[in-house]
Amino acid sequence: MARTPGRFARFQALLEEFYVAPYRGAVARARRDEDDLFMLFVYSELMGVPNPASYYTLELQPILLERFHDWHTRMGLEHSPLDHFRCC
Amino acid sequence: MRDDIDYIPTNRFVLWGHHFTAVAGAAPIIGPGIAVIWGWLPAFIWVIVGTMFFAGVHDFGAVWASVRSKAKSVGFLAGDVVTPRARTLFMVVVFVLLMMVNAVFGVAISDAFQATPSSVIPAWTAVFVAVVIGILIYRMHVPLLWPTVVGTVILYAVIYLGEAVPLSLTAGMFGLPVGAQWILILFLYAGIASLLPVWLLLQPRDYINGIQLFVGLGLLYGAVLIANPTIVAPAINANLPAAAPPMFPLLFVTIACGAISGFHGLVGSGTTSKQLDKETDARFVGYLGSSGEGALALVAIIAATAGFASRDEWAEMYTNFGDGGMVAFVTGGASIVAAGVGISNQFAATLLTVMAVLFAGTTMDAGVRLQRYIVQEWGSIYGIPVLQNGYVATGVAVAACLLLAFGAGGASGEGGMLIWPLFGTTNQLLAGLTLMIISVMLVKLGRPAKYTLIPMIFITVMALAAALYQLLSLYREGGLLYPLLWIDVAIVIIAIFVMLEAGSAFMREKRAFEARANA
Repeated sequence: MARTPGRFARFQALLEEFYVAPYRGAVARARRDEDDLFMLFVYSELMGVPNPASYYTLELQPILLERFHDWHTRMGLEHSPLDHFRCC
Repeated sequence: MRDDIDYIPTNRFVLWGHHFTAVAGAAPIIGPGIAVIWGWLPAFIWVIVGTMFFAGVHDFGAVWASVRSKAKSVGFLAGDVVTPRARTLFMVVVFVLLMMVNAVFGVAISDAFQATPSSVIPAWTAVFVAVVIGILIYRMHVPLLWPTVVGTVILYAVIYLGEAVPLSLTAGMFGLPVGAQWILILFLYAGIASLLPVWLLLQPRDYINGIQLFVGLGLLYGAVLIANPTIVAPAINANLPAAAPPMFPLLFVTIACGAISGFHGLVGSGTTSKQLDKETDARFVGYLGSSGEGALALVAIIAATAGFASRDEWAEMYTNFGDGGMVAFVTGGASIVAAGVGISNQFAATLLTVMAVLFAGTTMDAGVRLQRYIVQEWGSIYGIPVLQNGYVATGVAVAACLLLAFGAGGASGEGGMLIWPLFGTTNQLLAGLTLMIISVMLVKLGRPAKYTLIPMIFITVMALAAALYQLLSLYREGGLLYPLLWIDVAIVIIAIFVMLEAGSAFMREKRAFEARANA
C-alpha cells in the first residue's frame, strides 16, 4: 500500500511527460520568440524605434544583454548588428 | 547537443508512446480494409512479415541514422550521404506525399461522416475538449490526470448525444454535394489548426488521440478475444471484381502503414531522434513503434474479414476495388465490439468511426503544418518572401491538397480514394529511399547492409511496378490531362533518379571502405 502513492506519482509524471514531450520544442520556441520580441522592445531606442516606456526599460538593458547576444548569434550575425552598441 | 528546446532526452517508454501515436493514423485501418479484397491471407502475411523484416528495420534504421548524424532528418541525410540534389528531390517527394495524405484522409473522413452521421457531434466535440484541456494545462496549470479522465469520459458520453442527434449536411448547399462540403470544412479546420499555438489545439488533440489509440486497441483486441468471431472472408478471393487490379504488386502499396511506410522515417528522424536518451533506445522506440502499427493493421484485417455475418454480406461490401476501407473497419469492428463488450452495434459503430476520424484528423493537422514548414523553407531558399508568411504558406498547402482531392474525385470529391494506391506507391518509394540512405551509411561503417538492402530492393521494385501499372490505369481513367497521371510520372522519375544517385553513392562508399581495409 505504501508503494501505491509512489507508483501513482510515477504514473502521473509519465502521463505529464507523454503530454509535454511531442511539442516541448515548439512551445519552447514560441516562448523564446515572445521573449525575443520583448528584448527587442527594450532595445528598440538603440534601433531608432521610439519607446514610450524607455525610462523603465532602460534598467532592464543590462539584464537582457546576454539575451541580446544570444539572439544575434541565433540570427546568424557574428557580431551585434548595431554599430554603436557592442555585446561581444 | 541538448538545448532543452529541440534536443532533450526523454524516457524511452514516453518516447515510444509519442512515436507510436505520431505514426499511427488512419492508414493502418484504410489500407488493410481495402486490401482484404484479395483475401485475408495475403494481407495477413504482408502485415506480419512486413512489420518484422521491413517496417521494424526501416523505422529503427531511420532513427539510428538520424541519431548518428546529429539528429538530422532523412531529407538532410539524403543531401549529406547522396548528393544535395537528391535532398531537394527528396523534399519534393515528401511534399507530394503530405499532399496525398491530407487529400485522401480528408476524403476518408468525409465518407465516414456521411456513412455514420452519429459520429459528427462526437468527432467535433473532441476538438472542443482538446481546446479546454489545452487551456487548463497551459494557462491554468491544472494537473493533467483529472482533465484527462473527465475529457475521455465526455468524449465517450457524447457518443450517446451523437446517436440521438445524427448530423448530416444538406446536399446543394452553396451548390456543392455533401462530400465536397465536408472536405472544404475539414481543410478549413486543418488550416486554422496548423496556425493556432500548438498548446491550444494540436498538443492536447495529439494527447487525446494517443489515449484513444490505446483504449481503442485494448477494446478491439479484448472484444476479439471474448467474441471469438469467425473469419467469413476467403483466404484467397477467387471471385475478384472484374476491374480489380492484380495482387502483385498492388498489395504492397495498398497496405503501407502496418507493413512499411516511408512516412515513419520522416517522424522518426524529424522529432523522435532529437529526444532519444541514448542510441540503444532507437531499437526500442523505432522497432516497437512499427510493431504497434502492425498490431493496429492486424485488428483492422480481423474487423474487415470476421465482422460480417456471412461471406455474402462480406462480398456485398467488396464489390469494387477501393471499397471497404474505413467503412469495412467500422461495420465489421462494430459487430465484434458489440458482441464482445455487450454494447449496441450503433454505439460501437459510432465509437470506432470517431476513433478512426480522430486518427485521420490529427494526421491532417500535422500534415498541413509540415507542408507549411516546407513551403516556408522553399520561400527562404528560393528568395520568395511571400511564401515565408505563415498564412500564405498555409493557404498554398491547403490549396494543393484541395486541388488533389477534387482533381482526383471530381467536383463531389467522391472517388478521391483513387489517390490511395498512388499514396501507397509514393510512401513505399520514400521508404525505399530511406532504406537506401541507411544502407549507404552502413556500408560506410563497414557494417553488413543486407538487412536493409533486401527490403529496400523488394519494396522499391514493388512500388515502381505499382507506379507503372497505375500509369496505365490512370491514363485509361482520365486520359493525358488527368492530374494524377502527371503526379505519378513525376514521382517515378524522381524516385528513379534519386535511387540511381543513391546506388552510385553506395558503390562509391563500398569501394572506399574496401580500399581503406586493404591499405
